[in-house]
Amino acid sequence: MSIATDSAAVSALPRTVLELTVNNHPGVMSHVCGLFARRAYNVEGILCMPIGDGTCSRIWLLVNEDARLDQMIKQTGKLHDVRTVRRHPATHDVFVQLEAFFRE
Amino acid sequence: MTTLTGAQLIVRLLERQGIRIVAGIPGGANLPLYDALGQSDRIRHVLARHEQGAGFIAQGMARATGTTAVFLATSGPGATNALTALADAKLDSVPIICITGQVPRAMIGTDAFQEVDTYGMSIPLTKHNFLVRSAADLLKIIPEAFRIAASGRPGPVLVDVPKDVQCETVSFETWPEPGSADHPPEFDAAAVARAAECINRAERPVLYLGGGVVYGGASDHAVRLAETALIPTTMTLMGLGAMPPDHPLSMGMLGMHAARFTNLALEECDVLIAAGARFDDRATGKVAEFCPNAKIVHIDIDHSELDKIKAAHVGIVGDVRAVLEQLLPQIRREPRPAWLERVEALRRTYPMDMPGIGDVRTPYGLIAETARCVDGAAIIATDVGQHQMWAAQAYPVRRPRQWLTSGGLGTMGFGLPAAIGAALACPGRAIVCFSGDGSLLMNIQELVTAVEENAHVKVIVMNNNSLGLVHQQQDLFYGKRIFASDYRVAVDFCAVARGFGMRTADLGATDDPAGLLAEALAAPGPCLIHAPIDVNEKVYPMVPPGAANRDMVAHKAVAG
Ligand SMILES: Cc1ncc(C[n+]2csc(CCOP(=O)(O)OP(=O)(O)O)c2C)c(N)n1
Repeated sequence: MSIATDSAAVSALPRTVLELTVNNHPGVMSHVCGLFARRAYNVEGILCMPIGDGTCSRIWLLVNEDARLDQMIKQTGKLHDVRTVRRHPATHDVFVQLEAFFRE
Repeated sequence: MTTLTGAQLIVRLLERQGIRIVAGIPGGANLPLYDALGQSDRIRHVLARHEQGAGFIAQGMARATGTTAVFLATSGPGATNALTALADAKLDSVPIICITGQVPRAMIGTDAFQEVDTYGMSIPLTKHNFLVRSAADLLKIIPEAFRIAASGRPGPVLVDVPKDVQCETVSFETWPEPGSADHPPEFDAAAVARAAECINRAERPVLYLGGGVVYGGASDHAVRLAETALIPTTMTLMGLGAMPPDHPLSMGMLGMHAARFTNLALEECDVLIAAGARFDDRATGKVAEFCPNAKIVHIDIDHSELDKIKAAHVGIVGDVRAVLEQLLPQIRREPRPAWLERVEALRRTYPMDMPGIGDVRTPYGLIAETARCVDGAAIIATDVGQHQMWAAQAYPVRRPRQWLTSGGLGTMGFGLPAAIGAALACPGRAIVCFSGDGSLLMNIQELVTAVEENAHVKVIVMNNNSLGLVHQQQDLFYGKRIFASDYRVAVDFCAVARGFGMRTADLGATDDPAGLLAEALAAPGPCLIHAPIDVNEKVYPMVPPGAANRDMVAHKAVAG
């Protein structure tokens, strides 16, 4: 899994941005990243910050849209620390604005 | 105001959950918990001899009763030993809770003695897990663990408790409510109507029942659906018991070791109704060729199972029993003479062939004779291998939760401790464990646990002095190159069992094996029954791994 947006090696596959609201504790990133890793589903980009009073965090994931994406979204929704999962088009601002920080 | 240590709080919360037996092994990091447990007059502790054994004892209790069971392990090696039982419970959706000790909070991350990342290691193997950061958090976490384990699709939960959290005192005003399963999700009535329409229009339907039907208490409803619409019915390894094998509509198990007619009937079906089943590859064979012409109605409590392997024409996320309840009145009676006659013709031409079933010295004969000796209340546990598949084919499993087997993970070593757990949870019932010599050796230390608990467990070791199922695959699919599947030393299992203080019966050393078997099964308490099996016996028919279900290898006599 790459930990940053990988805009240079843009793949041919269309992309999707996933927005997760999760419980904020030290294990939650392992749960989310581990799920994608063990199902061999590459995460192209990832961002995480606490929201509100810090009991929850928001995780943004940039992923390729392959045939298993629906299954991955269902599996993500099954994680007990994940409160909501929303799906956005890849044009969502969050990663686009970050590109400046990831130039070589 | 109540003031307790974390350890005392855990014990009280378990008592309030209705837990009366826990299995486990103590060690440095869970000694405060054990000290508190020793003071409980409501919870009986069963000392396993390996944490994997403790985990499978908990599984045996949970599988036999449907209620969540608990086991305990210390940090480090205790926790790593527990993992296999958790993984097994995850794949077979068994509600168990593992409470592990952990090094004190201040030492986490320092490579302390017996520190491993139990939380990290258990993430992919559990439905959910917790690292408890304060004793007060236990008030939420323990009930929550029980809620998660039992809700929806059940599964294992791990709670990792640092030693100093066990010792920390906490004061509180009110006890939390015990955790219990959430109400099952609402489901889509329109989808149920579409399913009914699909079934009513079907010409060649098949009902495919998985473990979810057993766990969901939906067996009666499934049988009624089959009877109402006259639908031939098949079960997965986990679904055995949903419909009795002598029911005229039962086609037995499907898949890798099914009767050939069952797999052939599936190939011809036009509507497949999958209930609480997940299209596992051992059931489907090559997926692209599984029920190639069928519309699929899929009912499951876990929405991620729908469309995972096979796209459903009608998918219903819901409690299978509730869904079937709503579906049944919408189902038309249908005589279906052509399809039923076709299935019967297939059954006559390609029946389940069980050579030797009249002779107790053969695998099928031994299993059939055992079934004759025990009453219908008996619970059957198995290990993993040929003996498991022979038992799945030949044992008349008539009731849900009568059949305890490691389906998804296929864990050798499951059988004996699971049987002990079933015996503890269902006193008065006979528990029979069909094991192989290879599998029994993987948790043989639990023989002494069975003796210590005087568990009513009969372990039938089908001894071919080999890893039989591996031997079979090498013989059939690897050019007869038998490698690493033959044991060079023959273990004297009776002597080993006697060493553990267990009674034994050796069917290989008597002129009257049937008589000795009956006698051994009738006596109360634990007993090891040794049954020599020819290493060249095979489980037939068999779909070669990766092949389509129609391409079965069979006994020479019926090879088609
Ligand atoms: C823990 C574990 N290790 C390895 C395997 C692979 N395996 C599947 S069946 C089998 C042989 C089982 O031998 P035995 O218990 O003697 O039963 P038999 O097939 O001879 O009846 C093996 C090694 C497994 N399922 N589980």
